[in-house]
Amino acid sequence: MIEVLDDWCKGCEICVNRCPVQALEISEIMNKKGVRVPRLKAVNKCHQCRLCEQLCPDFAITVIKEEKEEGEEKECKLIIGGVCAD
Amino acid sequence: MSEMINQTEMREKYLRKGMLPSIFCNGCGHGSSLDYTFRAIEELGLDLDNMVFASGIGCSSRIPGYINADGLHTTHGRSLAFATGVKAANPELDVVVFSGDGDATGIGGNHFIHAARRNIDITVIILNNFIYGMTGGQVAPTSPKGTIATTAPYGNLEGAFDISELAKSLGAAYVARWPVFYPSQPIKSIKDAIQTKGFSLVELMSPCPTAYGRRNKLGNIKKLWDWYEDNSILAEEYDKIMNYGTDEEKAETINKIKIGVFQHTEKVGFFEAYEEQIANLMANDDKKWGGSK
Ligand SMILES: Cc1ncc(C[n+]2csc(CCOP(=O)(O)OP(=O)(O)O)c2C)c(N)n1
Ligand code: SF4
Ligand code: SF4
Ligand code: SF4
Ligand SMILES: [Mg+2]
Repeated sequence: MIEVLDDWCKGCEICVNRCPVQALEISEIMNKKGVRVPRLKAVNKCHQCRLCEQLCPDFAITVIKEEKEEGEEKECKLIIGGVCAD
Repeated sequence: MSEMINQTEMREKYLRKGMLPSIFCNGCGHGSSLDYTFRAIEELGLDLDNMVFASGIGCSSRIPGYINADGLHTTHGRSLAFATGVKAANPELDVVVFSGDGDATGIGGNHFIHAARRNIDITVIILNNFIYGMTGGQVAPTSPKGTIATTAPYGNLEGAFDISELAKSLGAAYVARWPVFYPSQPIKSIKDAIQTKGFSLVELMSPCPTAYGRRNKLGNIKKLWDWYEDNSILAEEYDKIMNYGTDEEKAETINKIKIGVFQHTEKVGFFEAYEEQIANLMANDDKKWGGSK
């Protein structure tokens, strides 16, 4: 899950442009400065790499790790050298 | 590695939240550098109460104002003199200086040279955006040749300072340069710089869309951030191409900015050496002035 502190977002779209799997988009939601803020796309391949969180120059994004359900097999979204790295 | 701190916790622990959102323009890279600094401090497990952040004047120099720790927002170019004083008064403190390319190499150039040469045990993080951002875009000593600036409307004719090269030649203990668009290298370098004894420099190339990008027709925020990616190259890669590459590869590479860790040694800092000298003199009191009393 991605949490955006909407009123701190300036709308630079760095998170949107730099996400390795294009999981984010600029939404219709406006903050109090009239900036349209980012959200995860309805269908997305976010693998919670936390790049957007670290790059955001305005401390506005938190990536919240989703715990894998007991017994659930999660599809690996980033494979490096045959090992799941997501 | 332990789980990285999340942004919500980080805001609570490290930011003076009342000061945010920052004064930085939309798409300015300076904020990302502060984010990386917090993550480095967190990973090192340092206590903010044992740290002091100093800065001069400029957009980059506003950074200590956002940190929930003691800070000194000093005069333009003079932060290193203040930081030296802090370190002299209490060598136990971890002192981190935030400076801009103008602040550190223009008006503060001599402070920078001599703090490095003296090997004052502090960490300096210079946010290099190739321009005087705060005052609207005058040429800085770091502006590449041809830069369009308010003081160089037809293009800058001067050669640019390479801050990292300069620090390296002055014998700084740690020197690294990274663009801000990859978090992990800057975070690692800030950690190493803080831990390294002696004068440590981390130069972060920070996009300034307002005073540099726009005037130099580097496009919107995305294009400007991409420009840094397309125009920087790992130092090892650069040297390999310049030594063994084809003419075509060389021509493509020669004007790119080298990034990486350029120097990493351990050097006893000035104040530690000073303490040592005093201890030696006390132990050999009769030989204090090179002879007997
Ligand atoms: C003694 C003095 N001279 C000039 C100025 C005007 N001044 C303020 S900030 C600045 C340049 C800052 O550039 P830099 O350090 O690169 O920081 P940036 O804003 O680009 O981050 C200048 C010239 C000043 N404040 N004090
Ligand atoms: S956590 Fe990674 S994958 Fe998910 S939105 Fe952010 S940058 Fe994209
Ligand atoms: S990077 Fe941060 S400030 Fe920029 S659009 Fe994304 S959330 Fe907003
Ligand atoms: S003028 Fe440039 S350096 Fe200053 S806040 Fe704006 S983008 Fe950043
Ligand atoms: Mg500058």
